[in-house]
Amino acid sequence: MFELLDDNHEFDTQISFDGKDHLVPSNITVAAAALLIGAKSIRETPVTGAKRMPLCMMGVCYECLMKIDGVGNQRSCQTLVRQGMVIERQIGATEVEAGYYEA
Amino acid sequence: MKPSYELLIIGAGPAGMSAACEAARNGVEVCVIDDQPEPGGQIYRNASRATAKQNQVLGKDYQQGKNLVDDFKSYGGEYYANVSVWHLDASNQVGVIKAEENYFISAKNLVIASGAQERAMPIRGWQLPGVMYAGAGQILLKGSGIVPRGELVLAGTGPLLLLLASQYLHAGVKIKAILDTTPKGRIVKSLDKLFSGVQGYEYLIKGASLLHHIKAAKVPYYKHVEGLCAVGLDRVNNVSFASATKAGRKVVNISLDVDTLLLHQGIIPNTRLARAAQCETTWDAQQSCWTVATNEYGLCRQNTYVVGDGARVMGAVASRIQGRLCGLHVAESLSKVDSHNWQVLHHDLLKKLRKENAIRPFLNAVYQPADAYLIPQQGDVIVCRCEEVTLSDIQDAVRLGCQGPNQVKSYTRCGMGPCQGTQCSNTLSHIVAKQTDMPMAEVGELRVRSPLSPITLGQIADL
Ligand SMILES: Cc1cc2nc3c(=O)[nH]c(=O)nc-3n(C[C@H](O)[C@H](O)[C@H](O)COP(=O)(O)OP(=O)(O)OC[C@H]3O[C@@H](n4cnc5c(N)ncnc54)[C@H](O)[C@@H]3O)c2cc1C
Repeated sequence: MFELLDDNHEFDTQISFDGKDHLVPSNITVAAAALLIGAKSIRETPVTGAKRMPLCMMGVCYECLMKIDGVGNQRSCQTLVRQGMVIERQIGATEVEAGYYEA
Repeated sequence: MKPSYELLIIGAGPAGMSAACEAARNGVEVCVIDDQPEPGGQIYRNASRATAKQNQVLGKDYQQGKNLVDDFKSYGGEYYANVSVWHLDASNQVGVIKAEENYFISAKNLVIASGAQERAMPIRGWQLPGVMYAGAGQILLKGSGIVPRGELVLAGTGPLLLLLASQYLHAGVKIKAILDTTPKGRIVKSLDKLFSGVQGYEYLIKGASLLHHIKAAKVPYYKHVEGLCAVGLDRVNNVSFASATKAGRKVVNISLDVDTLLLHQGIIPNTRLARAAQCETTWDAQQSCWTVATNEYGLCRQNTYVVGDGARVMGAVASRIQGRLCGLHVAESLSKVDSHNWQVLHHDLLKKLRKENAIRPFLNAVYQPADAYLIPQQGDVIVCRCEEVTLSDIQDAVRLGCQGPNQVKSYTRCGMGPCQGTQCSNTLSHIVAKQTDMPMAEVGELRVRSPLSPITLGQIADL
């Protein structure tokens, strides 16, 4: 559960989060938007389907991977919201086309 | 983006920005790349765009970043945000992804200024939604201007935890409790290091004033916390631990309802890029992490530098100074600085750097994480969050004869997920070291391999 520090932010950016439309401030990250909206989880793990939320917010832990505008495995903590952005929870591993390559 | 530069800098934090400004001022052709949307790095995240309220809450150290970020924005060289490095090697060839396109850059001189990351804190339940790093809480405050609401508990050790608590209090955020995991007797044991640290007395004053602020706000403060666990099914509801409620009282088990639990065990250098570039790392028992072997200019070998917290944790001010030193050194090596200027300036910077670093041995000794928070205390605790590998899985692999972290990785998949071991590598090495009774330096750590960040098959095919 998170809230804005300043009250004078405008909720001027429309995003679709997990199928529902929301208005959020501009200049915040997708991961921050998820917390602000009160999302219960942003992904489910490929191994046991456990629910997860972001951990580090600085791009190193990859806990915040989401499907953004149709592309999977995006670090939601490094991506700013944009008008009309379609954000989906990532369930399990994502398809090969958009998958990460493992050495 | 050009195919080659006289100087390529990875990271636009205090160290990278300072190196860029100094080198460009002396006529070096510079390019800076960073994976964040804005320059500033960790401490000065969003510094040039922060609101009045953010500045007031975040305090003076943060506000000092604005000048540097503003200077950097007009420093005269190139800067690319949102760029991730996926390949790096010993010949200073850098593979990057920018706007989903793949580029190779050849760096005549390479500066890695990748900063620090939080040390993992693998307690039971740390993977539950509602549990985050304290640094993450601060990043949300700086970058997105949001703060936790509801029952908030901060747990761990280190200056950043206290700083965040104080910043939250300034923001009017209610803190239900602070659980301090610093083991008993640390300050007394570290006093011998204080003598050399007197030059850094400002840091001691800052620390004392943070504690004073927290105390004055009457936030319940539990000391020498042991056995910390996050409890819940699909999210954390509760935190349990053992602590004495007052000095001299008996240790009791305590459980608190919680909506958000922020964990912190200090920060460690993010050495992945340095290791990919085949810079040497050594185990630093004092900081309890791997540090990069460099000289005071950040030089690892000819034409390759690692500076700031990415080499060893030194703080923002020292990172700025070392960044400048490094930028100057690069310019000097390209014969762009006259020898008088070089002599005067680099001596002055070296002196400042040594003064800044004087307090470190004391801070390292006080805030060295307790063993119980480096190695999980129960077999079912998740070590590798990506692949959900537990302490028992790793111990079984070692018992069956796995010879070190890299073999454990192949056997258990620990460290094989998208984060590529950034969260579990050190824990894994600690577990192996303890079970085989070998020193960390000998156990080593997970190897770093390209791609350093996830890359799609399509992007590989484009090469
Ligand atoms: C979460 C967090 C919060 C902190 N808050 C404070 C604070 O409030 N006060 C304080 O005194 N100290 C703080 N510190 C410590 C502080 O970060 C450092 O002392 C200082 O910022 C170090 O400067 P730097 O330039 O070495 O690294 P950083 O400031 O960390 O900058 C490194 C930059 O490199 C980028 N980078 C890293 N890897 C890559 C890659 N592979 N590709 C592209 N770019 C990359 C990062 O995104 C970042 O912008 C914090 C540390 C952390 C981890």
